[in-house]
Amino acid sequence: MSGLEFLLAGTLAASLPLLLAALGEMVVEKTGLLNLGLEGMMAIGAAIAFICVFHTGSHMLGFAAAALISTVVAMLFAILVIGVKANEVAAGLAIGVLGLGLSALFGKSYESRTISGLPKIDIPILSDIPLIGPTLLTQDIVVWLAVLGTIVLWWVLNRTKLGLIIAAVGENADAARSIGYPVVLIRLCAVAFGGAMCGLAGAYASTVYTPLWADGMIAGRGWIALALVVFGTWQTGRVAFGALLFGILSLGELTAQAMGVGLPSQMLSSLPYLVTILMLVVISRRRSGLI
Amino acid sequence: MSQHALLRLSKVSKRYGTVQANHEIDLEVHSGSIHAVLGENGAGKSTLMKLIYGVEQPDVGHIYWNGQEVHLARPSDAQALGIGMVFQHFSLFETLSVVQNVSLMIPGKTAELAQKIADLGDQFGLSVDPHAMVHRLSVGERQRVEIIRCLLLNPKLLILDEPTSVLPPQSVRRLFETLRKLQADGMAILFISHKLDEIRELCDTASVLRGGEVTGRVDPREHDARSLAQLMIGREMPNVAHAAPQHPGDERLRLNALSHPRASRFGTSLEGIDLKLRSGEIVGIAGISGNGQQELAALISGETRAQEPGMIEIMGKKVGHLGPMARRKLGFAFVPEERLGRGAVPEMSLADNSLLTAHSRSMLSRGFIRRGVERAFTRECIEAFDVRTPGPDAEAGAMSGGNLQKFILGREIMLNPDVMLVSQPTWGVDIGAATAIRRRLLDMRDQGCAILVISEEMDELFEMCSKLHVLHKGHLSPALDAAETSPQEIGRYMIGAAT
Repeated sequence: MSGLEFLLAGTLAASLPLLLAALGEMVVEKTGLLNLGLEGMMAIGAAIAFICVFHTGSHMLGFAAAALISTVVAMLFAILVIGVKANEVAAGLAIGVLGLGLSALFGKSYESRTISGLPKIDIPILSDIPLIGPTLLTQDIVVWLAVLGTIVLWWVLNRTKLGLIIAAVGENADAARSIGYPVVLIRLCAVAFGGAMCGLAGAYASTVYTPLWADGMIAGRGWIALALVVFGTWQTGRVAFGALLFGILSLGELTAQAMGVGLPSQMLSSLPYLVTILMLVVISRRRSGLI
Repeated sequence: MSQHALLRLSKVSKRYGTVQANHEIDLEVHSGSIHAVLGENGAGKSTLMKLIYGVEQPDVGHIYWNGQEVHLARPSDAQALGIGMVFQHFSLFETLSVVQNVSLMIPGKTAELAQKIADLGDQFGLSVDPHAMVHRLSVGERQRVEIIRCLLLNPKLLILDEPTSVLPPQSVRRLFETLRKLQADGMAILFISHKLDEIRELCDTASVLRGGEVTGRVDPREHDARSLAQLMIGREMPNVAHAAPQHPGDERLRLNALSHPRASRFGTSLEGIDLKLRSGEIVGIAGISGNGQQELAALISGETRAQEPGMIEIMGKKVGHLGPMARRKLGFAFVPEERLGRGAVPEMSLADNSLLTAHSRSMLSRGFIRRGVERAFTRECIEAFDVRTPGPDAEAGAMSGGNLQKFILGREIMLNPDVMLVSQPTWGVDIGAATAIRRRLLDMRDQGCAILVISEEMDELFEMCSKLHVLHKGHLSPALDAAETSPQEIGRYMIGAAT
């Protein structure tokens, strides 16, 4: 398999955990909150999904359990921030650490165990297209659902009343309350959605992308997802593009190592983060130029 | 007129901490009546409106709607009864478009709503682009959106909080016609305004609030403005001293063919603006918001850089390329139109807000803030400018518009500027505070400061300025001598009938 084919085949799957977590967080931030606990919520979701699939063999059950547990953790955040008005940065970091700790605890006895991933779907005609057919267009079911989900989310946020309400709550909660919208309920739902998406992201990482349990397997992807929301300026399409870019970069790192590019691996590993910083600089410069 | 009052309040009280905002208020509003609520800043008008609109609940007292006692737990309860409100501090969402804002309250398809907005705009002179983003709109345009949004709900009782303060004279006439039509249809209107002449012209009943209590119920048509003001502030109206203007001295601010392309689709391009401002004079810029006022203020303050340094001169120096700090160092001070966000940081205390522009007044020592100096400065400002607040630690965002404006103006005046730009100095400020603010500006002028005032209020400009310009669609009229011109002539420039 050439480097290009490798990239085409793997990018979507590599991007997926980032995409799901970032889209979830984007919705949370659109309602005016900031949940920094992505890494932890992904980790606990990954652990629960792995355990579930390990014992039952059902990926669907794994995804459902992961979404559920991460929603529960996210609700803890909601109680702290919306309920007792705790500082959201502190609360977010706390539940992040909690999630990481719980995932290590639950995953302890599954260290280095493996399970089977999900089969790639051969779609007739599409998979016959040269080059991209067997690579880009041959993906597992979750990838296709995620693509569909991204489009639906874009549509909801940009074309429906619900999207408008979410934007309104995030921009001016007092005004939204004064015209009669249940701000607390909307934010609760957003936080729950963000949690569930992180759970799904973690589940994909541990049961499909690399179906093997290792402690700390989320490896900072929660933080990258958080940066992606800013990078994508809270717009679905741009966040998705950012996730793809990072998917490519993380695969490019592997490809370059495999091809024996004469660069230290640490340098290649830091590439995605350097690109984040670069992109943030570009975005902020362009924005200040407009005003 | 119906026998029962549409809305009746009986002994309604509301307390915030130690402040008794409303005390045993009785109020009756009848269908087909335009009822004025008069009062100074902090008299409890806003609190009373919040109780009626369900934003807050009274501690004690009863509210009756059509004779039935009601409990308004939230604004949607009030809306369900048929109470609509146009807020003083707008409840618009800046990142959304006009029609999106409207659609959050009124069901309907975007295209239909846009059409309705355009229709209402034509009908009542509230013209606004339905697809414009709200954050690009001027204060005046935003208020039009608020009024339109409310009218689309077909309320039985419409509450208007200082509705005319930003409308040009022509639109005020049309708004009054609208309100009279609504009144004839049987709608009740609660009209809060500090413009006493308007209240006398429009309203049939007035309740006067002072210190959270109703101090008078009068028919405003039977009182002159002076006696109404006296009822409201509890003493004789202060006079603005029309001290004879001193002879203007050296040139402090000069705009040389200042042109600037608009920053967005909804902005205004400025074209070839020439202006001279000398020490000891106040020059006014009249015109309806949205004709380039925001753009001009941003260019003079340094928030937007001019295309060439020579387009703007402050104290004889070319400053078009300099930022706000560098311009302030030359002796320039600026009171912006938006108090929250530009004039002050809402989440910060007054003391910290002082620091923002007055840090050069020895508030810093080797990069560290000298809290003592900061607080002393703030306390002095609070006292000297009659800012009603618990103290320097009060949050700026929690203050009423007039009080915050007095604070911001005071902070800038205490810097002893040589040249000052004041944008909409008394917008949404009641008559007592507005008079005080104008008098301060005249004092500054007499001390030799050069002041440029951008305002929509013509009376105010005529009261203070020796020269007037009108800004219309990015063009500035030639200087008109305030003693020789008339409101009618200014009005012609404002609508583009004269150039």
